[in-house]
Amino acid sequence: MKENLYQYILEIADNCLILGQRLGELCGHGPNLETDIACTNISLDLLGQVRSYYQYAAQVMEDGRTEDDIAFMRMEREYRNTLLVEQPNTDFAFIISRQFMFDLYHYLFLKELQHSRDLSLSAIASKSIKEVSYHLRFSSDWMKRLGDGTEESQRRMQAAINTLWPYFEELFEISDAGKALIKEGIAVDTKGLKKDYLNSAREYLQEANLIMPEVEHFMKGGKSGVHSEHMGYILADLQYMQRAYPNMNW
Amino acid sequence: MKKNWPLWEVFVRSKNGLEHRHFGSLHAADAEMALENARDVYTRRNEGVSIWVVESKYITASNPENNPEMFEPAKDKVYRHPTFYDLPDEIKHM
Repeated sequence: MKENLYQYILEIADNCLILGQRLGELCGHGPNLETDIACTNISLDLLGQVRSYYQYAAQVMEDGRTEDDIAFMRMEREYRNTLLVEQPNTDFAFIISRQFMFDLYHYLFLKELQHSRDLSLSAIASKSIKEVSYHLRFSSDWMKRLGDGTEESQRRMQAAINTLWPYFEELFEISDAGKALIKEGIAVDTKGLKKDYLNSAREYLQEANLIMPEVEHFMKGGKSGVHSEHMGYILADLQYMQRAYPNMNW
Repeated sequence: MKKNWPLWEVFVRSKNGLEHRHFGSLHAADAEMALENARDVYTRRNEGVSIWVVESKYITASNPENNPEMFEPAKDKVYRHPTFYDLPDEIKHM
């Protein structure tokens, strides 16, 4: 039970950590000052959420590990994030598409997690959903602006969506830990959310003058620790200080 | 398409009951984006409860060259300030 809950918290939190790290890479490199700050704001929101989850995870394990240990000292295979959030900042269309695909999921997920029987998880969800509503507003607005913008922006958005769409389904995959906790009324049964996600995504895409790709083979693996080639580089950046100077802090 | 987004002026009300004050300016393609950008650039540290944005070109500014005629005549008219009253001690913040 304890181990399941720990794994389940990581599944939720690691998505936020890795996407936050990806967005943090944009600090000082955004397309302009305003979107640069917007993307790094979202990054900080996600990292704030991660802290609450990891603090709770550390408390669940009661073995002296801290939120920092969980964030920085795990091996690649121990991270439970989906492959979607690892995907690189290829261009602004990719950044926005990845964000939109995650935000829509994140919003629907937190809406349900608020009703979890685990009071810590439901409290984190209730606090986070306000931030995530804004994230979704930001990313879906940009989907429309770029998808329904110039010929070039439309072409780039469609290319990004085509590349990233095979990664959406993993968001809804239910792990063994998740299965066990759904029975307890703690975890969210994401099966039911997928239909809402697809209906809603289809509407957003239509409004943005974009086509939902037909995908036969979906990419997955991250949730069980099998990550893409990008993950090692992300962790190298993320973990460098703690690996080089163990236990350092400031 | 124009290469640069137009400039917008941002006014933020920091608390209910206070007035909106000029916080700065930013670039945005339209009013909606200006509001979102203003939210991200100027209120991310909990600075506000309300935001106004207005495209900078709609603001008419006084010309500094006209300062002598605009502002100087007011300088030697102290009697326009209500400073010649004795205020009771109980009244603060005047």
